[in-house]
Parts: sequence; structure tokens; C-alpha cells
Amino acid sequence: MHQDQAVDVTVGGIVGVDVGGTFTDLILLDPAAPGGLAVAKIPTTPENQAYGVMAALEASGAELGDLAGIVHGTTTTTNALLERKIARCGLITTRGFRDVLELGRRTRPTSYGLTGTFEPLISREFRAEVDERLDAAGAVLVPLDEAGVRAEALRLLDLGVESLVIHFLHSYVNPSHEQRAAEIAAEVWPNPYITCGSAILAEYREYERGTTAAVNAAIRPVLDRYLERLSNELTNGGYERDLLVMQGNGGTISARIVAEEAVNTVMSGPASGVMAAAYTAKAAGYENAITYDMGGTSSDVGLIRNGRPSIHSELELEYAMPIHVPMVDVHSIGAGGGSIAYVDDAGMLRVGPESAGADPGPICYGRGGDKPTITDANLVLGRLDPSSLLAVEGSASIEAITDRIAETIGVPLGLDGMAAAAAVLRVANNLMAGAVRMVSMERGHDPRDFVLFAFGGAGPLHAAALARELSIPTLLVPARPGITNAIGCVVADLRHDFVNTLNVPLENLDIKAAHAVLADQAKAGQSLLDREGAAFEDILYLRSADMQFLGQSHILSVPLPSDRVSLEELRTLFEEAYWDRFAVDLPEIRPVLVNLHTAVLGRRTAVPLSRLIDTSNACPRMEDAVISRRQVWFAETDTTGSFHDTPIYARDRLALGAAFSGPAIIAQMDTTIVIEPSNQVRVDPHGNLVVTI
Amino acid sequence: MAQPIDPVTLSVIQNGLQQVCNEMDVAFARSAFSPIISETHDRSDGIYHRDGGDLVAQGEDGLPIFVGTMQDSTRSVIERAKDLVPGDLFIVNDPYLGGTHLMDVRFVKPFFYEGELFCWLANTGHWPDIGGAVPGGFSANATEVEQEGLRLPPVKLFKRGVMDEEILSIIMSNIRIADQRIGDIKAQASALAVGERRLTEVLDRYGRDTVDEAIVELRQRAAQQMRAKIALIPDGTYEGEAFVDSDGVVDEPLRIALKIRKQGTDLYFDLSESSPPCMGPMNSVISSTRSSIYLAVKHVFPDIPINAGTFEPLHIEDPHGTFLYAVYPRPVSGCAAEVSQRIAEAVFAALSKAIPDLLFAAPAGTSGNFSMGGLDPETDRHFVCYLLSGGGYGGHPGGDGISNGCSTIGISKTTPVEVIEQRYPILYERYALREGSGGAGRTRGGFGVDYSVRLRRGEARASFVMDHGRFGPQGAFGGSDGGPNLLSVERDGERYVPPHLSKDQAVPISAGDVVHVSTPGGGGYGNPLSRDPDLVLRDVTRGYYDIDQAADLFGVILEAGKVDREATDRNRRDRGQAAAE
Repeated sequence: MHQDQAVDVTVGGIVGVDVGGTFTDLILLDPAAPGGLAVAKIPTTPENQAYGVMAALEASGAELGDLAGIVHGTTTTTNALLERKIARCGLITTRGFRDVLELGRRTRPTSYGLTGTFEPLISREFRAEVDERLDAAGAVLVPLDEAGVRAEALRLLDLGVESLVIHFLHSYVNPSHEQRAAEIAAEVWPNPYITCGSAILAEYREYERGTTAAVNAAIRPVLDRYLERLSNELTNGGYERDLLVMQGNGGTISARIVAEEAVNTVMSGPASGVMAAAYTAKAAGYENAITYDMGGTSSDVGLIRNGRPSIHSELELEYAMPIHVPMVDVHSIGAGGGSIAYVDDAGMLRVGPESAGADPGPICYGRGGDKPTITDANLVLGRLDPSSLLAVEGSASIEAITDRIAETIGVPLGLDGMAAAAAVLRVANNLMAGAVRMVSMERGHDPRDFVLFAFGGAGPLHAAALARELSIPTLLVPARPGITNAIGCVVADLRHDFVNTLNVPLENLDIKAAHAVLADQAKAGQSLLDREGAAFEDILYLRSADMQFLGQSHILSVPLPSDRVSLEELRTLFEEAYWDRFAVDLPEIRPVLVNLHTAVLGRRTAVPLSRLIDTSNACPRMEDAVISRRQVWFAETDTTGSFHDTPIYARDRLALGAAFSGPAIIAQMDTTIVIEPSNQVRVDPHGNLVVTI
Repeated sequence: MAQPIDPVTLSVIQNGLQQVCNEMDVAFARSAFSPIISETHDRSDGIYHRDGGDLVAQGEDGLPIFVGTMQDSTRSVIERAKDLVPGDLFIVNDPYLGGTHLMDVRFVKPFFYEGELFCWLANTGHWPDIGGAVPGGFSANATEVEQEGLRLPPVKLFKRGVMDEEILSIIMSNIRIADQRIGDIKAQASALAVGERRLTEVLDRYGRDTVDEAIVELRQRAAQQMRAKIALIPDGTYEGEAFVDSDGVVDEPLRIALKIRKQGTDLYFDLSESSPPCMGPMNSVISSTRSSIYLAVKHVFPDIPINAGTFEPLHIEDPHGTFLYAVYPRPVSGCAAEVSQRIAEAVFAALSKAIPDLLFAAPAGTSGNFSMGGLDPETDRHFVCYLLSGGGYGGHPGGDGISNGCSTIGISKTTPVEVIEQRYPILYERYALREGSGGAGRTRGGFGVDYSVRLRRGEARASFVMDHGRFGPQGAFGGSDGGPNLLSVERDGERYVPPHLSKDQAVPISAGDVVHVSTPGGGGYGNPLSRDPDLVLRDVTRGYYDIDQAADLFGVILEAGKVDREATDRNRRDRGQAAAE
């Protein structure tokens, strides 16, 4: 199947292009190109990301007509949501429940403080009600008022609504009313933008399902228009193959159908980073990894177990905006290079969560920022190259930065500028380590059982210190940490996820019905793969069951070995998983099967990672890999540290198989890697740095 | 202890202690059984000093009302504890020994480091039932604590790490749906075990003496930080009051009369003029009274840390002889959820006179507790379901109050309609924003909720412990009060309104009967006649208010979907003058 479109890297290059907040990164793997590889990094064009994508393609030297495939990660939808630059949406819902989307789950934005605001995605005047009602078993209590649906659809159109949500109570158990209402609305609706709650997520909880559907509706036209612009640009440039789009679940989907479930593209950037990490770590021999991607304002942490990123479906993008579709479980923590350090009124040193952002930015940018940040502390301590400041016009001098740190942090704490900068790093690393531990703990894992996989611009700068704080024995830094997300696009498979709620105690479960649900999910996945028409080698099914003990509200995801799992197996798998997670066994209480989940993956041709390294500059002798030396500060104990004369290696001069000890700094196009004095480093056959802490 | 601890190590140890508590919070919620703990986070975990039980650190995600109570209950355990060995764990829910109501069950555990007692770890979890007259424990017309449920003095539920099956069996024989409680007990105990492991790591790393010293220093600094905030308040005495509808037994309002005197960097709270002890369950034990003041202050200054030092400059005189200082056997089930929020409201009202720019009009301030229990004939099983609801928050200098905010003393989510309907023989007829309920103001209050539920089959009994039925949440600086709580039961076409408006017990409900609840809106802030007319138009477009309300409440004249500026100005001018005269 799909032989006509098979992506064959021997006949053309494949491009992964990821649009981030600051940069658009591109990787081209092309056996015909010199070295088989080209990369590009250019500033993102926020008003229309397509310009940046085209510029990156041009910079890479790719011949569009010769390419076998382009895989695209985009922040278009995430940005649209966060900035509320979304389509005008309307809602048709069950009579009596139009305010569900506004009332939420009765919370407040912060634990303390009774102020704060909230605006729903669909304003109240665009939320309509019709007569219809199902009970919790899916039985019809009030039949659907079909004329009412038509009238309300017309009225909403009249109000200028572009994208419509149909969301009825208990549609997760019986979607027939939603489906019929969608048919009726489609007769009068001038565009394809109709989203049924149950089609996006067949899970109970009306606020979460409805909001997820509203998110989908809000960004669907935005994504559609963007992809149309990009496709036109690509076609004009001579590109004739399929455009694939990265999703938050770590898989790709054809641009032709992605907008129908646009919500799946939210968080696709972080997901592709974790996909690349899983792929790379596995090739290096590590199946369990914590990923650490540090950016300017926050850091992303993900977990990989048994070679696969952990998936969850309970993201809260911002206050009261839950998005419940399966996605790679990436947790954002409020510390990044721009996080501000200060001394509070109790005389305590704090770092973050306030960030200097891009403007004015850290002191070192010289754009008027006068609050010390983590980046400033790294410069003062020689961990970032101070001479790089000279290359940037208008930037602040090291002396000025040191003085400012001394003034704001040093004086109140009785420390000099250097010691104050060291204190900032110590508190920042401690805080970040605590947050990473929390992320793994909340998911029931001990960080010591994982390797730390560091990427992004600033991740490798702090990773060795974090690993030490967390007692993680091994740190892995990939060959190209700065373009990890783009690599994730290239290695990801096509993927579709399906979730259905059953909510039945095991003792009452008709296992045949469960098998039927799994079979239907697999079939739906196959037909979507067929519809999108993109090439893949074979199909892989990942199945899991969300389970809980009767009376609980939290669910635990249990991987299933097959679609013919027996009742007894289900019970045992759940009890084992529960013990693993909570170290509590509860023979007294009955288990319940809540949801069944199938991920259908169309596996794409494997990409050899060895293509990512360019060994033409590698030096057989370590001393030749040293490009300079400088004084770099390292911690010795919890409270002491000092400057060390430290060699600076160029990453591309490190030969495969090279081994050396810290202290060291490894400089690379878009990142700096700090190796502490007690670390041992080895370059593995794929070009990864394997650091023993 | 030769030299003072260095400030950076101090920050790191503070993070470490906070992390221990946060991890206990997470461990407890993740594995707990009761949705009240796992979903609505009605729980808290902390570290307490070995000598007097003073609070060292508490989880950031815990229920606010527990900020001040757990140190009191730990203290009461310390006073009674004998022959402590590692693995011992006390259970206690006695309200008069540093508690709230009986449903809040505390586990208190001595923590040993290298064989010596270093500190105490404790947590509180709200159990869904603790026996007593009504399912769920909120008996609206109890007159003695015995009617409210099983009262446990501090007893060792675990001895040397082993659960005492005899004590467990006493508990299990006295509560409803006991079979699921074992899940909460295990979760509550295992959260403290997580705390022990992590605290041991912190001590291993920094050393016992250093951590000890850090605890003393952190306390001093927290006090210093609190004092820096208090210094923002001008010297003087500020009064605030708030009313509880009734005690559930005697139909008369209970008055909270608060005077806050600010002097230097200290605040003195005087509640002595408040109503005397009441017959019904609206008495507040002193630890709950104190905690309500602490959490109200923290709502005003959200960034102060939580430890015993924070409370040092807050002097609360014991209000003997009032309903805010309950002694045995006064019933107290309403103190944690309702009276606490009225106390907080009085604090807000008083402080708004001192520092108006940092305050807000009154929030809905009731948990809207509605519990219903019965036998489902379809499954032949007993059920107890709780419906909690939010209400509007008050307008504030930065904007309108949010709608359907949670209780002041909680930070919990409601259970979704679909989950309730899955579990119980109940059908919602509607769940809607309560139009017009937000108090008018320059910034208006948020809106309450209107919901109606029908019993689908069988028979049940309903109990209600709500408040603000007699008076809506107070407006501030000329803003109007929010809409008051409304409650009624529709039986065979007849409408029953509880005599006490917001409280009742064991109301019989039959299949087909419908309970209607309308929760309060928040108070308005500032003169409604100064509200931006475009915002009034937006509110009318959204159906929050109707056109007549726009004119009556805000003085804004709307014509054909637009603001009639001229008529609005004229109307507002005339009314402003009338008010001035």
C-alpha cells in the first residue's frame, strides 16, 4: 500500500523543520548532498511562520523538487491560543448547560489571592442551547430538536461565527445526537469548521471535553489558513510530495487532514523534542531517560520509559484551559536562562519565576535589563563565553554585569560579585532539580533510574549540575542539541490516537465488548492512515487501559499486550501497575476499567542517526580539539567553589570514541556544554556525549 | 553552632523542606481514594517542630484552612504522646484538640533521625464520612458533637509501623462506606512515609545541626517578611463584620465583630464582641478561628511563606464566650467550611478600610454543601453524594470578580455533572451561570451558579449547609452586595424553602423531586455609576444583566445594542447629585 508515494531516502532528501518561539530550525537528510546533511537556523517569522520555513529551506540549499518529504512542527496553534488570536466560535449544546464552558470546575487562578480573571474561548452570546438529553447510560431522555439545531446554527452564522462546536452531555457514550446535529448544521454551514465534542475526545467530564472541542474549533481555521499558505509556497517552489505535520502525541499526520483535529498540534514542539530524545537515547542503549530542554523563560521536562515517551491526556495549557487529548507528557517548569534572581524582603535569595524575557532581557543583552538572570550568572562564572559579548553590538561588559550582581545580590547577602553569581546558580540548579524530581515523582518514578538527556540552547549548560543534584549517574548530550525538535520531526511516525470511556467495574465487564472497542479503534486508525495517503512501512498498535479502583477519581494508564486481553490479565496488569506507582495494594477494593486507548502508528523508514554527525573536522588527538582555555567556576562542595583553568573543545573536533575528563567546556554552534571536574566523558559511535557524573 | 548559617544554604534548605511537603501532598492526593482528597485536594501535609509542634513548612498545594490548624493538633499530640518509637503514627480528629470538624482526620507521626526525635510530620485528609446523624457529617441541626460522628482522641493507629487492627475495627464499625476508607488510610500513611524518606535525605545532605539552625532562622525571617507587609498598613483600628445566616437550630443571625488594631509591625485581632456560643453546628473551635484569620491575611499578601514565624506578628486574642471559641460539647461541623469564610470576610472588610488598593469586595464565601444519601433501587446499594458549588468573587481594583470561584478556604474542583450522573441516581436539569447575581460596582462581582437536580429513583434524604442566604456577600466602596444564596425543593409541584434558608437536614426527597440551588454572586467594588459603559453593554450582550438592570444598577442607557452616551451621562449625573444630596 502507498507504494506510489513511498518516502525513499535514497531517491530524495527528507526535511524536518520546527518553528519555535525564537528560531526556525531545519534539518535536511539527503544522501546526495555533501556529508548527507544540511542544517539551518533562522529567526522565526511570527506573523506568518511560512516565511521562516521557506527561508530555512533556502538556507539549507534544499532542492524542493527533489525532496521526498517534509515534516513540519509548528507553534501556530499554541501561539494562537495563548495570544487569543483565534477564530470566532459558536456552541450548540444541551439545554440548560451553555455555561459549562464559562463556569469551569469552580477554582481560582492561584491558591492564595482572590483576584484574577478568566475569559472562556467562546463568549456567552455565541453559546446556544437546544432541546436534547441523554442519561449516563446513553439512553435518550429528550429527543434532539432538529429544527432547533438548524435555527441556532443559522443564528450563530448571522452573528459572524466561523467555527462551530457541538457538545452534548454524555455524548462520549452515545454520540448519535451530536452526529445528527452536525449533519444538520453542515447543511447550512458555509465551511467545514464543525467540531463534535465526542469526535475529538470520547471521554466523560463535560468541561474538559467541551473545552478541548472549543480549543479545536478556535484554532482549526487558523491552522488551515496557515497550512494553505505554506503549501502554496512549497508548491510554487516545486515541491510535489506530501507535507506532514507534527502532533502533540509525538506522531505526524498529513497536512491534508490535520486541521480537522487541530487540537492535536498543540504542544507539538515539545513533543518532537522528546521523540528525538527517545530515538537517540535508544540508539545509544538507554531505554529510560528524563529529557531536559532549557529555554529562555521556562524548561521542559519529559519522561521516556522503555524507549517510548510517556503519554498523558491532561494538559492544562493555561488557567482553566484543559486540553484532554493524548500527548507526550511534557511538563514545563518556570525556570529558564532569563529567570530573574533577587533577594526578597526576608533576605532570601530567589530565582524566578519572573523572567526578563527577550526585552529588556538579561543584563548582558545591553537592552536596559538591570535585573540579574541565570544567563548573566553563567557569563560571570565563565560557563558561557564572555568574549561572545564582544561580538554583539551594545552588549554589557562582564564587569558591568558582575557589578550589578554584586549590588543586587551580593550586598544584601554579604558576598562579592563572583560568589553572588555562584549563589544564583546554586539556588537555580537546586530549584530546577526539585522541579524535575517533582515531575518524575508525580508520575511515580525515581529520577535515579533514568539517564538525563539534555538539549535545547541552555539545557547542556546546567545538565551536569542537575544530574549531580538528582543523583542521576549518566548524562547524555546528543550530537545536535540545538535542533533536536527538527530531528524529532524526521524520526516521528504517523500517529492517530483513540480513546473511549467504558467505566465498568471488572466484575461486570463484558470482555468481548472491550475487544470490540479496541478492534474499532484499530480500524478507525487504519482508515485514517489510508485517507491521509502518506507513506509508511508498517502499522504498529499501542494499546492501553485507563483503570482505577472503584470510588477513586484518578486513573492509571496500563499498557495492554494485545487486543484480546483477558479479564484476569487486566486485573493483574492493573494491580502490578498500581503497586509500581503507589506501593499500595488494595485487594479489598474492586478495579474499574475507565477508558480504552489505542494509538495507531504508521511507521516511517528509520533514519540512521550517524548521518547527524559531520566527522570531517574530528581530531584524533584530544589536544588538537582544544580551541582555547578560560577560567571557569565550578562548585566543589555545597557551599564552596572556585575557578579552574578549563579547556574549551570544539564539538566538531571531538572524534568518535574520544574520552576525556572534566573540567571542560564544549562549544557548539548553538549550545554550550559544561562538564564538571569530576565528570568523565565519552563520545559514542552516534556522536552523543555520554557523561558519567 | 559557631557561625550563623550562610544565606544561600538557607535558601536551599528552605527549598528542600518545601519540597518534602509538596511531595507528601502529591503522594497523598495521587493515591487517595476519596475524590474529596484526590480530586478536590481537601488535604494538607506539613513538618512541625519537635518541641511545641510549631509549623516548619507546609505543602503549597494544601487546603488553605489547614494552614494554622495542624500545628495545634500536632501540639495536642505532643502533649499526650508517651513512649514514642519509630513507626508510631497517631490518628486524631477531635475538633477541640487543634482541629476543625470531625471529618478532617489528622495523622501525626514522630520523625526520628539517627535514633532521635527530630520533628513531626502530619497530614489532614477530609474523610467522606465519619459516622453521626447524617451521611457526610454535615448535620445542620446537631446540638452536641456526639451527633456529628465518631470523635477520636490522639491514639496510635500504627505502632512500630504496624497498623493496630483493633483501633481500625472500631473506626470501621462507626463510619459509612467503610470499605473504601482503607484506601485513604493507606494513602494518608504512605504520604508521611514519603516525607520521612525525603526529609532523611535532606538531613543526610546538610546535617542535622545545620537544618535545625535553618529552621530557627527561617522562622525569624518569615516573621520579618510578615512584618514588612504589616508595615504597609497605617496605624489605627479597623472594624469589619460579617453574619452567618443562622446556626441551623435557632433562626437568628450570628455576628462576627472584628477589630483589627495595627501597631508598629503587629496586628491585634479582637473578636470578643461576636455572638455567644450557638446551639447548632456553627460554632468554631479556636484553631479553626485562628486559621481563618491566617488564611485571610495570606489571601491579601499571597507571597508570604507559610511557617510559624509568619503568624508571630498576628496576635489573636482568644474570644472566650463567643461562638468562635467552641468548647466541648458544642457542635462544630460548620466551622471549617462556613464560619471560617465569614471570619475571612470580616478580615477583608476591616483591611479594605486600611489598604483599599490591595483588597476586593466579598467573595461568595460558602462551600454550598449539599449532600444526599439514599438507597438506589436499581443497584440495591446505598449512596452518599456531595455537591459542592462555587460562587462569584468580589470586584477588585484590577477588574471584575471571577464567576464560580471556589470557597475562600479551599482550592478545589467540583465533580463534573457527567461523573455525578454516572455514579448516582441523579439527573441535572441545568447547570448555569446565575444571571444578575454579581454585585454592581465600578468593577462588578463575579456570578454564582444556578443548578437543579432531580432524584431519578428511590428515596433519599438531603442536607444543606450553605450560607449567605440572608445577606449577600458585601460590596465595597459603594459597590452593591452580591445576590444571596437561594435554596428550594420542588415536591409534587410544591416548593419547599428551608426555614433557615441556607441550612436544613434530612429533607426527604422522593423520585422526581427537584432541588434548586442558586449560589451567591460576589460583591461589587466601587460606585457602579462609574463603571465603563462599554463593559456594561458587553455584560448585557452576554446576558449577564438585562437592559433594565443596566439602567437601574449602572445608570447606563442602552438603545438598539449601543450605549446612548448622552442619556447615560444625564442619568448618571442626576443620580450622582441625588446621592450627594
